[in-house]
Amino acid sequence: MTASTIDPREIDKFSAMAAEWWDPNGKFKPLHMLNPCRLDYICAQIAAEFDRDLSAPAPFAGLRLLDIGCGGGLLSEPMARLGAEVVGADAAERNIPVAQVHAREQGLDIDYRFTTAEAMAEKGERFDVVLNMEVVEHVADPLAYLSACHDLLRPGGLMVCSTINRNPKSFAMAIVGAEWVMRWLPKGTHEFAKFITPDELFGLLRRAGLEPVDRKGFVFNPVRWSWSLSDRDLSVNYVTSSLRPA
Amino acid sequence: MEHRVIIAGGGLGGMTLALALASAGIASILVDPAPATASGNASGRAPFDGRSYALSAASVNLLRALSLWEGLAETAQPILQIKVSDGRAGEGPSPFVMEFDHAELEEGPMGHMVEDRHLRPALEAALARMPLCSRVEDSVTGQRALGDGIEVGLAGGARLRAALLVGSDGRQSPTGRRAGITRLVRDYGQGALVTSVEHARPHEGIAHQFFTPEGPLAILPLRGNRSSIVWTERAARAETLMAADDAQYLAALEPRFGDFLGGISLAGARFGYPLGMSLARSFVAPRVALLGDAAHAVHPIAGQGLNAGLKDVAALAQVLRDAARRGEDIGRADVLDRYQQWRRFDATALALATDGFNRLFSNDNAFLRLGRDLGMGIVGAVPALRRGAMREAAGLTGARPLLLRGLPL
Repeated sequence: MTASTIDPREIDKFSAMAAEWWDPNGKFKPLHMLNPCRLDYICAQIAAEFDRDLSAPAPFAGLRLLDIGCGGGLLSEPMARLGAEVVGADAAERNIPVAQVHAREQGLDIDYRFTTAEAMAEKGERFDVVLNMEVVEHVADPLAYLSACHDLLRPGGLMVCSTINRNPKSFAMAIVGAEWVMRWLPKGTHEFAKFITPDELFGLLRRAGLEPVDRKGFVFNPVRWSWSLSDRDLSVNYVTSSLRPA
Repeated sequence: MEHRVIIAGGGLGGMTLALALASAGIASILVDPAPATASGNASGRAPFDGRSYALSAASVNLLRALSLWEGLAETAQPILQIKVSDGRAGEGPSPFVMEFDHAELEEGPMGHMVEDRHLRPALEAALARMPLCSRVEDSVTGQRALGDGIEVGLAGGARLRAALLVGSDGRQSPTGRRAGITRLVRDYGQGALVTSVEHARPHEGIAHQFFTPEGPLAILPLRGNRSSIVWTERAARAETLMAADDAQYLAALEPRFGDFLGGISLAGARFGYPLGMSLARSFVAPRVALLGDAAHAVHPIAGQGLNAGLKDVAALAQVLRDAARRGEDIGRADVLDRYQQWRRFDATALALATDGFNRLFSNDNAFLRLGRDLGMGIVGAVPALRRGAMREAAGLTGARPLLLRGLPL
């Protein structure tokens, strides 16, 4: 691994959590619960940007996609099933064999690599789509990281980036609620100071040379016990789309 | 194209699921030991055997969304009014009568009576035309859930593999039993006698439900001067009646039926079914989902069995379509849990409600009789309550799947 902006303490935390990735009721239950909502957003954005019909078989065929912070492959596998040529990158070495074993079981061909966005950008790799989900709040230098993401996109390429807002409500939900009360995530998974407001993220994306085009909230409904997309409520978890200008 | 779903049981629910999945681009294979009856047999040519279904407005929407209703509409009898009354043999109906009129529902008729000889061949013909549906004459004898799918063994020795196995195999559900799903079973000590009668006077599209101490009698209008009847009797009496000849059978039916439609004669074969509730304690297991009677077999008191099964079909097909379109593994536990969450409360509530309804009405206790007379009078007198009961019976309440709203997947 070459120069990395990933905070080494963060890598250790996620390495400790890697084994149980694929149990929908295990340690990663909150991610499995959020996943349909994340996938709905990602699929709709890719389909709109590259003019694909989601009801057709293998709608993402011909698209080269990078999943940064791929973990066990929760996003990489669905993207491969939809026909994309997928590279999954993770800075936690232990995640890579977990993801590889699972993809093989599923009969999916995914190129999982123990590397970082910065290292891949240096090598000159290019993608049509970069998925950058729940990563930016863990990196040491968000602007340097997003600049590397920009370099990984072909001109006209799409980046989907999600993170957590910074306000009293997000502190209560993402840290007190998810880590202390529900124990969905180990204590210390998130640092409040690293949370980013949507306006700050749009500013960072622009400074990295990207053009933000969309933002939506991921909202948890405690009655239905499920997540949904919201146009208005970006107060805790939210997701953005941006393009590398052609 | 390789199938992604194996459906055990080629009845109405299994066939409709295969068609709904195909409409969403998901290939399936139906496994049923019985040969398709309609192959080479034009719809409607089969003789009338007496079996018919009271399809709710929501079920008709589903058939419309699957392009099946167009061919069936002309054979169906719309139900324009439902009259429910509490009667004791020899005394006629009690003065409190609940009447439901379709004019109070915005969606049109409360439902349609469709005969099995029309519905089944229509489904079979549509399946035969659909490239994403295949069918094998065999039965499932074993299954093994694996990490990435399920392996299914057939009696003929063949093995099939898919992401998911759907048990649409009736109230005993061998598929559910093999998956380790236990059931809550209640025997009502009653039998249902099903047949059709021809009557002298027209029925005007009115369905009748008489509650008597022996059990309910439903008279449901068919095309022409014919009605389908579902006649519930205590088990021993039902067995005696099934063994009786047509003349004896008719002689027992006439006083229950009454003479409001003039003289009656038998117009179809006679069927008998023991009645009971059989509820699966879970609708899903690893790589397995149950639907229809396999998940929740109810007393046929309100004609809701097939309608509830079609709700399962609509919900399961939509959950699987959504999962497939976002690239999820469609047989994974969290995907199947979405189906169970959507359907289980509704289906279980229906089973327990019809169970309670039946106990309340199949009783000659004077207090209960007074109570239900008053209850029906109250429901009958309050338009909002009555509309609620009608919309529930018509399947128009709750978070409804697309197909039940008549929308394509």
